[in-house]
Amino acid sequence: MIWKIFLFILLTFVSIAGIAFPIVENPSKWYEFPIIPGLEENAKIIFFHVPTAWLTVIAFLMSTIFSFRYLKKKNPDDDAKAYSAAQLGMIFCILATVTGAVWAKFAWGQFWSWDPRQTSIFALLLIYGALFALRSSIETEDKRATLSAVYSLIAFVTVPFFVFIMPRIMKGLHPGSADDTNAGPIVDFQMNPSMQLIFFLSLTGFTILFFWMWRVGYKSIIYKERLTKQLLMPAQPVQGG
Amino acid sequence: MIAKPFALFKKDFHSELKTRYAINSLAMFIIVAISVILFSIGSETINENLTGGLFWVIIFFTAMSGLARAFVSEEERGTTLTLQLIASSSTVFSGKFIFNLILVFCVNILITLLYSVFFEKFVVQNLVLFIVTFILGNIGLASASTIIAAIIAKAGAKGTLYPVLSFPILLPLILTCVQLTLFSFDDVNFVEAQVELAIVVGYDIIMITVSYLLFEFIWKD
Repeated sequence: MIWKIFLFILLTFVSIAGIAFPIVENPSKWYEFPIIPGLEENAKIIFFHVPTAWLTVIAFLMSTIFSFRYLKKKNPDDDAKAYSAAQLGMIFCILATVTGAVWAKFAWGQFWSWDPRQTSIFALLLIYGALFALRSSIETEDKRATLSAVYSLIAFVTVPFFVFIMPRIMKGLHPGSADDTNAGPIVDFQMNPSMQLIFFLSLTGFTILFFWMWRVGYKSIIYKERLTKQLLMPAQPVQGG
Repeated sequence: MIAKPFALFKKDFHSELKTRYAINSLAMFIIVAISVILFSIGSETINENLTGGLFWVIIFFTAMSGLARAFVSEEERGTTLTLQLIASSSTVFSGKFIFNLILVFCVNILITLLYSVFFEKFVVQNLVLFIVTFILGNIGLASASTIIAAIIAKAGAKGTLYPVLSFPILLPLILTCVQLTLFSFDDVNFVEAQVELAIVVGYDIIMITVSYLLFEFIWKD
């Protein structure tokens, strides 16, 4: 219970600080952020856009790890964990796409321009979508778990191409692209300590939020399956369709 | 080592020759796809970028319409169980992979020939780079689509699901291959294209390894 209160306070602080703290030319007080060339007032999206994109990848990683564990041990609980992580990953993927597109409207002039990063996040959306399409097409439980585990492992090996390789070799507008001069150092050098602090607090807060939501998600799936089994056990094979 | 997969490939090859289902339908598919593009562009000349992109679009959709057959046909004829009894899963995967690889090569050579006849801007300056791209791209395409075909066959042969599942997996390969094809139009030498070539080689190796390792889980359940 205590850490839920802690999480609530943390995220409230991050939301207020991220939105309300002013960006000034020469920050003198602790709550003032410096101007980052090329980002200016748009820089505030960092506190919300980067954590969602980060969680998209973390969720995918968790989903893959538990898919792998399912294939090794054939424990249905691992499948529930992988599925729940994928569901959350889809939500954060949509959030990252939307916040990114809104930011792109103000920074680059249009919502969507097929920047390598945008292509990558779109491909991640497609992977998640395909995973759910595959899951919904199979009726048998263990078959569904096995096939979706295999698919998410195959999809996982393509993710490095999207997340790390494509944006580096293609020309793009997003920080970190091939022809970007201020690649990477945004977080390291151009933020002042208070901005960094709020950035990492935001990252921590969102990560804790993810793991909490994930626990609730997979537990509800596991309990639901157990209840269904208990209710159906005494009866004969289900009638009708 | 190679004899068993080759025997399986021969079996597939003979059953294909008997019906000629895949070859005929794929040849017709290519002709239909290319003529649809030719109708829609009419008398205009499309630029290089579009030519290179459409080339891989046709390759992708042709593969999607033909390669699912590899495992679906076994499920349809009810021969999956026999195959599970007489051959190990690695043998089955290798045999099907060889069959798909050869099918992809035949089909894509046909596409390339037709394409170079009908599209003015399809002029390859650096032929060696184009051939290397073509070969590497086909290997990647065959390996990814073989494992997805196995998933599809076990999922109850849902036809529409095949391109849905394959597209995100094939996207890095196709994007890089389009880039390399454009390089070969512009006569870019190998040194400048080495990063893209390394990506395609890496993709092929990773995809073959992963699908070879994971196939057992799909096949034996």
